[in-house]
Amino acid sequence: MKAKVYVTLKPSVLDPQGKAIHHSVELLGFEQIQDIRQGKYFEIALASDLTEAQAKDAAEKIAKDVLANPVIEDYRVEIVQ
Amino acid sequence: MKFGVIVFPGSNCDHDAYHVISKHVGQPVDFIWHKETDLRGYDAGIVPGGFYYGDYLRCGALAKFSPVMTAVKEFAAEGKFVFGICNGFQILCEAGLLPGALIRNANLHFICKHVYLKIENNHTPYTNETQAGEVISIPIAHAEGNYVCDDETFQKLEENNQIVFRYCDESGEVTAEANPNGARSNIAGICNLDRNVIGMMPHPERACEGLLGSNDGRGIFRSLSNAIAAQVER
Repeated sequence: MKAKVYVTLKPSVLDPQGKAIHHSVELLGFEQIQDIRQGKYFEIALASDLTEAQAKDAAEKIAKDVLANPVIEDYRVEIVQ
Repeated sequence: MKFGVIVFPGSNCDHDAYHVISKHVGQPVDFIWHKETDLRGYDAGIVPGGFYYGDYLRCGALAKFSPVMTAVKEFAAEGKFVFGICNGFQILCEAGLLPGALIRNANLHFICKHVYLKIENNHTPYTNETQAGEVISIPIAHAEGNYVCDDETFQKLEENNQIVFRYCDESGEVTAEANPNGARSNIAGICNLDRNVIGMMPHPERACEGLLGSNDGRGIFRSLSNAIAAQVER
């Protein structure tokens, strides 16, 4: 069982790193790009005897308490077999 | 009166803080390793600057799980003084002892220079020896000092006079040009509602020797010493 956790800055929080990446991408000649936001991606390997609901609960708690700072970030959890 | 300087793996301003307290405040001070779980006997805990745990994940994110942080939270709840400087400020925000968060500087640079700070509130345990509106020169050294918070939090900070320091120019004007890192409303340091917990990005412990360019940091540590003395008297 694996949990995939995506952590992204809240839309209201400016992302200076994303802006710098956006600028570089434009320098490469890519057009029609409106915005780039940087985030973090985690893969958590969980014990195989967990049910999907248990795995989701565990990963949600890890995401909320450790991986994301809810003051500035949102997170999304996906469970894959 | 006794100070403790908390040492995490990666602290690098711990000795500076220790030096200032022993030499310029003239009070007993110990280093406290982050595995410690008991802060009894101390009146103030300093969470110094550094790069705790290499700033992995987010600045201060992993340090908040150190055993000493449970003790620091209890210590703060008892009304004892907790002073977070730079990385220490980031930790106190991550640990929920102060509102908001510190993110990457708006210009993406690591900035290391002297800046001017305006004392916005001199009725705190950390500024009682300063004047309201006074301008002090204190260095910053950070890449993630850009203070952010939501509108509701900001309003509360203003209403309750929790904004203690703002970045300003030499004459004390709080301007966009004087804001080194993009911090909301030029915020350089804030305190909690009870005033016993403070966090600031600039390093007052690096501004206590004339040789280093400024003595303006001494007043902050002496203010804290005054506040402890007043608390002990009560």
